[in-house]
Amino acid sequence: MEAFQQAIQEHVAEQHRHHRLTPFFWVWGTLLVLTAVEVNLAYQNMQPKRMLTILMALSIVKATLIIGYFMHMKYELSRMKWLTMCALVFCLAMMMVFFPDAFRILSLGVR
Amino acid sequence: MAEAALPHNLAVYEPSLFGTYSKKVGMWLFLLSDSLTFGALLYAYSYGRISIANWPTPFHSGSIVNATIMTAFLLTSSLTMVLAVNAAAKGNEKTRRLWLLATMACGTGFIVLHAREWSNLIAEGLRLPIFPAVPHQDVASEFVNVSKAVPQFAATFFGLTGMHMLHVTLGVIYLGVIALRRKFIPILLGLWLVAWLATPAYSPFHYGVHVLLIAALVCSLIMWLKPKIYDAADVEVAGLYWHFVDLVWMFIFPLVYLMSTKII
Repeated sequence: MEAFQQAIQEHVAEQHRHHRLTPFFWVWGTLLVLTAVEVNLAYQNMQPKRMLTILMALSIVKATLIIGYFMHMKYELSRMKWLTMCALVFCLAMMMVFFPDAFRILSLGVR
Repeated sequence: MAEAALPHNLAVYEPSLFGTYSKKVGMWLFLLSDSLTFGALLYAYSYGRISIANWPTPFHSGSIVNATIMTAFLLTSSLTMVLAVNAAAKGNEKTRRLWLLATMACGTGFIVLHAREWSNLIAEGLRLPIFPAVPHQDVASEFVNVSKAVPQFAATFFGLTGMHMLHVTLGVIYLGVIALRRKFIPILLGLWLVAWLATPAYSPFHYGVHVLLIAALVCSLIMWLKPKIYDAADVEVAGLYWHFVDLVWMFIFPLVYLMSTKII
């Protein structure tokens, strides 16, 4: 192994040295429980808008757990967290500009 | 070029702005761009869901159970991936390989269940115009009517889930290369041949499995041009990709399946 690769290997080992594995098992269990809650909700005969809101909220919680723990974002520097997550949320939020048009089509009537 | 000009010592480089190595930052940038691809597909699906009043809700309990098991497979694969990264960081080669293979097994389970789901839906009449005609298909089945009445449903369903299935497949191949290196290429070619011969000619998978052949060629080329031992950083970066695939499914599952559940 080259010296440069060896140095990166040590850097990765250092980053993971203080991580205990127990929280990852808890996160995995929580994600499974949240999935079971979502499946249960699907059979509650709820209004689609209300169900969509709850399901998306649960999905955002699951996504946060995956990014924070499994993808190790929790352990990164603040500037890495803020730059990547703000860029992502901003770009995805900008796509919501299409939704008013979807509602317009739904309520489109004959003049 | 920079590596050739400078001695192989981290001390000669300025510290990274993000406090980590560039390979990882590169993967994060790729994942950010890929999340916009999936974002656009999910928004397109949601647009159709909102703007079409008679949006079909065809998924009976069998499909929901299948998709729930698929979700459990992906979540478990994320845990095994964490364990693989942890083993790699500790320099435990054997354990690292075992957890990577476990992750690949869960990913393959997901793909097989998803392919079965697709095949069932296609056999029942949910299809895209580009799919080959299925012989002896019942023209009065529920899904044939869905495809005719709301063609956006099949288009967005196959587009979104197909793109995700492609990502999972490439993820399994990526992990296979990291875990087994050159030994994985003949396995991949064997899988391609078996999958190609085992799927009927009218199935979209009969043509889709050629992804495996293309991947085998690309991976061979990469390993021939740049042979190397994959270290803990490579496992961690591969893990980021794998968790991203899991993350995207956390939005596809409720939006596509649970919002279209058939309640009797």
